[in-house]
Amino acid sequence: MLRSKSKKADILEHEWVPKHEVLSPEEAAEVLKELGVKPIQLPWIKASDPIVRAIGARVGEVIKIHRRSHTSGETIVYRYVVVDVE
Amino acid sequence: MASEKLSSEAEVEEYLRKSLANRVSQTMYKEILSEVLKTWRKHGLYIDELKAIADEVVKRYEGSIVEPGEPVGTVAAQSIGEPSTQMTLRTFHYAGVKEFNVTLGLPRLIEIVDARKKPSTPYMEIHLVEEYSGSEDKAREVQRAIETTTVENIVKKIDIDPFTGITIVLDKEMMGDKGVTINDVSKALEKLRLGEILADEAESTISIVPKELIDFSKLEKVRRNVLSLRIKGVKGVKKVIIQRRTIQREGREVEEYVLIAEGSNLRDVMSVEGVDYRRVFTNNIREVEEILGIEAARNAIIREIISVLEDQGLDVDIRHVMLVADVMTWSGSVKQIGRHGVAGEKSSVLAKSAFEMTVQKLVEAALGGEVDFLPGVAENVIVGQIVPVGTGMVELYVKPGLREERDESSQ
Repeated sequence: MLRSKSKKADILEHEWVPKHEVLSPEEAAEVLKELGVKPIQLPWIKASDPIVRAIGARVGEVIKIHRRSHTSGETIVYRYVVVDVE
Repeated sequence: MASEKLSSEAEVEEYLRKSLANRVSQTMYKEILSEVLKTWRKHGLYIDELKAIADEVVKRYEGSIVEPGEPVGTVAAQSIGEPSTQMTLRTFHYAGVKEFNVTLGLPRLIEIVDARKKPSTPYMEIHLVEEYSGSEDKAREVQRAIETTTVENIVKKIDIDPFTGITIVLDKEMMGDKGVTINDVSKALEKLRLGEILADEAESTISIVPKELIDFSKLEKVRRNVLSLRIKGVKGVKKVIIQRRTIQREGREVEEYVLIAEGSNLRDVMSVEGVDYRRVFTNNIREVEEILGIEAARNAIIREIISVLEDQGLDVDIRHVMLVADVMTWSGSVKQIGRHGVAGEKSSVLAKSAFEMTVQKLVEAALGGEVDFLPGVAENVIVGQIVPVGTGMVELYVKPGLREERDESSQ
């Protein structure tokens, strides 16, 4: 879909894009247990999000994001891949 | 002091790690470590002293953590809102990047939080790869490739005649400046399908012989089409200027050329030769969302708001701005924060009716059989309960079995 893949411009390397990582179901379950939330209570990310497509995540999976925080170095946040309703 | 002196850097580090690890954030730990080591090298340190430092750090750190129940949203709203009133009376439009206008100040802030489809003055900041960023000529090359050149930019004279066709006399100087050849122009003109194109290189004249008579009523339209024809450049990007900046690289001061473009087209500019696609930025947040994803959009929002505030000389803690960006991007797409708060987030009927169209809202809710679980502040004020903020949020549960049910109902 995106030309960037073939034309060496990889959006995953853009300075504004933090590292996204798909969690395996086991890892996801562990994270959810530790946070004490249901997946739907995590912040969402759309299945049509360019980054989700680039890393090949699917609806229902949890994505681990390594944000470069302005206040505390690296922070880890999670997003739940949801169906794009719009 | 009775205690021993610390004898080596490793010992200092070891001791500090023991007392601080997992109690403060990584960045903070690193910073404190470097400070402590500096002091140790200069004056030496006693174990007691280091202990006192570590304890104080932990105390301050824990004191700065947000407590459960603190209304961070309200605090953020006030912390951004109050300084914003200071900028109202000042700049609305301001020649930010010398050559063109950029919306700044309150109008820009409103634009960001409103999550408009397109900012009123889109612009891009384009960094170049190392081979290009150091030389002005190379930077100019990229500038020419990105900047849109239309026939209008390089034409000296255009004649249009319904019988003999269109004659375009090009300005050689301008063509040289923009790096356009006569072939480029005739190739671009082919797309309009006006007729046979005859290019005279020596005279730098192009004539187009139409297949049939051009309709008199359409003459003006044809002329406009020809003039606004894009010969080269990236669609959507109008003017590009070159900025020279001095940056630090590997401890030395280096000159770097950066392109500032009026208009925005992230996707196409990223694949232009010589452009460092990792550092192509735009102020169009929706575009960032579409091409780089929601996390990048979050970063863009933070960056844009901070730059507006800083530009106005206002000092707002970045954590408030981060909260705003988090709320706006929570649902996976950029949501606006308008007069009704974050779109569609308010669930309470009473809270909604406290704002506008009280009767309608209540009637609608009654007809729809809506239930109000009083989750927020406004509705609890209305019914005279303690608002769920701070200590008011604490609830005690007796039966563990009840918990499940309560959780369900309060969402």
